[in-house]
Amino acid sequence: MRIGVFICHCGSNIAGTVDVVAVAQAAAKFPEVAYATDTMYACSEPGQEAIVQAVKEHQLDGVVVASCTPRMHEPTFRRTVERAGINRYFFEMANIREHVSWIGKNAERNTVKAIELVRMAVEKLRRNRPLIPKRFDVVKRVLVIGGGVAGIQAALDCADGGQEVVLVEREQSIGGKMAKLDKTFPTIDCSSCVLGPKMVDVGQHPKITLHTLAEIESVSGYVGNFQVTIRKKARFVDWSKCTGCGLCMEKCPSRKAPDPFNEGLCTAPSINIPFPQAIPKKAAINPDTCIMKQKGKCGLCAKICPVKCIDFDQQDELVTVDVGAIVVATGYDLFDWHKYPQYGQGRYPDVITSLQYERLLSASGPTGGHIKRPSDGKEPKTVVFIQCVGSRDRSVDRPYCSGFCCMYTAKQAILTKDHIPDSQSYVFYMDIRSPGKGYDEFTRRAMEEYGAQYVRGRVSMIYPKGDQLVVRGADTLAGTQVEVAADLVVLAVGAEAARGAVTLGEKLRVVPDQYGFFVESHPKLKPVETNTAGVFLAGACQGPKDIPASVGQGSAAAAKVLALLSKDQLESDPQVSRVTPARCVGCGKCVQTCPFGAIKLVEDRFGNPKAEVVETVCQGCGICTVTCPQGAIQLEHFTDNQILAEVNALCPPRIRVNYAS
Amino acid sequence: MSASDSRELRIVGFLCNWCSYGGADTAGVARFSQPTDLRIIRVPCSGRIDPLFIVRALINGADGVLVSGCHPRDCHYAEGNFYARRRLETLKQFLSATGIDPRRFEYTWVSASEGQRWQHVVTEFTRRIHELGPAPTMSHVSDGAWFDAAAPAAAGQGCPCHG
Repeated sequence: MRIGVFICHCGSNIAGTVDVVAVAQAAAKFPEVAYATDTMYACSEPGQEAIVQAVKEHQLDGVVVASCTPRMHEPTFRRTVERAGINRYFFEMANIREHVSWIGKNAERNTVKAIELVRMAVEKLRRNRPLIPKRFDVVKRVLVIGGGVAGIQAALDCADGGQEVVLVEREQSIGGKMAKLDKTFPTIDCSSCVLGPKMVDVGQHPKITLHTLAEIESVSGYVGNFQVTIRKKARFVDWSKCTGCGLCMEKCPSRKAPDPFNEGLCTAPSINIPFPQAIPKKAAINPDTCIMKQKGKCGLCAKICPVKCIDFDQQDELVTVDVGAIVVATGYDLFDWHKYPQYGQGRYPDVITSLQYERLLSASGPTGGHIKRPSDGKEPKTVVFIQCVGSRDRSVDRPYCSGFCCMYTAKQAILTKDHIPDSQSYVFYMDIRSPGKGYDEFTRRAMEEYGAQYVRGRVSMIYPKGDQLVVRGADTLAGTQVEVAADLVVLAVGAEAARGAVTLGEKLRVVPDQYGFFVESHPKLKPVETNTAGVFLAGACQGPKDIPASVGQGSAAAAKVLALLSKDQLESDPQVSRVTPARCVGCGKCVQTCPFGAIKLVEDRFGNPKAEVVETVCQGCGICTVTCPQGAIQLEHFTDNQILAEVNALCPPRIRVNYAS
Repeated sequence: MSASDSRELRIVGFLCNWCSYGGADTAGVARFSQPTDLRIIRVPCSGRIDPLFIVRALINGADGVLVSGCHPRDCHYAEGNFYARRRLETLKQFLSATGIDPRRFEYTWVSASEGQRWQHVVTEFTRRIHELGPAPTMSHVSDGAWFDAAAPAAAGQGCPCHG
């Protein structure tokens, strides 16, 4: 074998703390290395071209590049060597940037470490085999999880692109958080007027199948061929018959439970349609509060229903669909502000969340769009907004900025003035973060045109005085303590990962970060991809996002899905397990351990059982390789011999025994 | 003496591609400085790690072996790290019987986002290995004696102590 070794400077990223010339010189002496050099940027076009030229000039049949992590540029360089006429699996990478130059300061030690990593790569490459991918069919259907604005956008774009879409939503209606908002910043557009038509489109699109009140039960398979089981929860109403007339809601005698759509500001009947624009506009029974489900008698809704669609015996239903790609758009939930003792922990009814305030502002809300405070229904004249409740606060393990609170607080201050012209708003803030198109102008308008008083400082306590609440805080710009007697206090609660996100991530094999937001494949260049091929992210499930960003990501994820599903067949990764039949004893242990069912027992021509790998199903984990007592099944590209060669390169055997003799 | 200014020891790491290797990358991108002793071998899954690899490294003179995979229940291949956990725990229990100090081997779980945790794991493990010092070598056994013992064993004749 003739191996070429290329040591990348990566500008000064590597060359700054690694003597790359010395590494190249050392590499030139390794066995079967025919050519070794250093290069400024191996991944740049001239860098790649230099590799291609060197392959031709020196008749190389294997290439090692020592540069950044293979998780970044392995596919890039594989294409390069393929262009040079070598099988793309005759390529190995040594990670001397993330694992060497960026973490160690001692240049001498870094250089030694880099040389050893290159040696490992060379030793592995010497044992590589040419691998050729197989092709398999793609299921032309996409699953979108979550029917908020990001999921709606992704579903519509995919469906308009000609693909079948299955949209799964946990709540009774799609719409997500945006459906609860009154207006949106910075245009003061009516939220439901913007979102409503999109929701209707989803409901009517011939390519979209909608499952609401449903959750993902299990996911198996791989890119192009996922099998997804959806649990459609019992709703005790036959939705094929329900017309959404709402008669049942009017007659239902059980109406004490807090209404989740209105954030608990009012109550809702047990059989309910969450809001007038709900899609699908169908009633569902909450079995926890329904008198019939709890006590076994009532059934008033069944008697009144003109189409007789009530079914108290309905059970959860499991639906299985095959899809080729999955978009995760599960959004966010609100931080539980009760963790803060200074805001009363729920003792004061007139301390509410920003989303509750949205419902008070909304014409479809519990007060019909009139701001009335929860305690006595009085119109508040002084409203205090407190920002960063559960954002940028390490004491509650939420060090990140939720991003949109500054903006919606400004919007709510403006709307307060619109609703109650003789009102005065105060905003306690840490910093104003308004980096969007027209955003900063908007917060300025709240201050200058609408007279909202912005106080830079934190609130230390809220206490009742008469029928008012006194908000005591600091004004750090004036260097004084301030007290404001408020009629209503609105907390700008931050965003946190949606409940259940971690469990869903386990099913999808998508990793959440420490706060539960899903981790994208690359923070800059792959913002909607995940490390699981065929699974994409959209919206706030990846991190707090405002509406335009969520919509943008929904479309981005749809573009990725459409690109994937535009192919009839995909190439399977040939780094799969391979059985040496002569060594296989047919014990079947590999069949039992394979998590993907990719191995089956077949009979050879003498009737002996032998393991056989279905190449397009095998995902290349290598669990079987370790399980096999005979060493008969080997994971290509990560064979026992290859890994042991790497071990031996690092820890040379102290004595060489010639086992062959 | 801190790990960074003493002589470098030989620590081999086996990391799964999807979580821990990514975590080590994350630590690198964030410039979380770490001791330089560790050399990382990338494998697709912690379930791909044959205990043989670890033992081979230790027999060959590694001063420490560190294995890291995805957190249990987070495996990219659904259940690879469950197999890994059993195998590695068994190996850890078994090592002392071979005369190898089990403290020279550790396994842990680090996700791709946990750069800081990776820095902590590497720093702590390196410190432990430096406290243990270089692995003992059989310096009193000459190469010839090794060969005399190993060659018949390799030829299938068994070692002297088993007749």
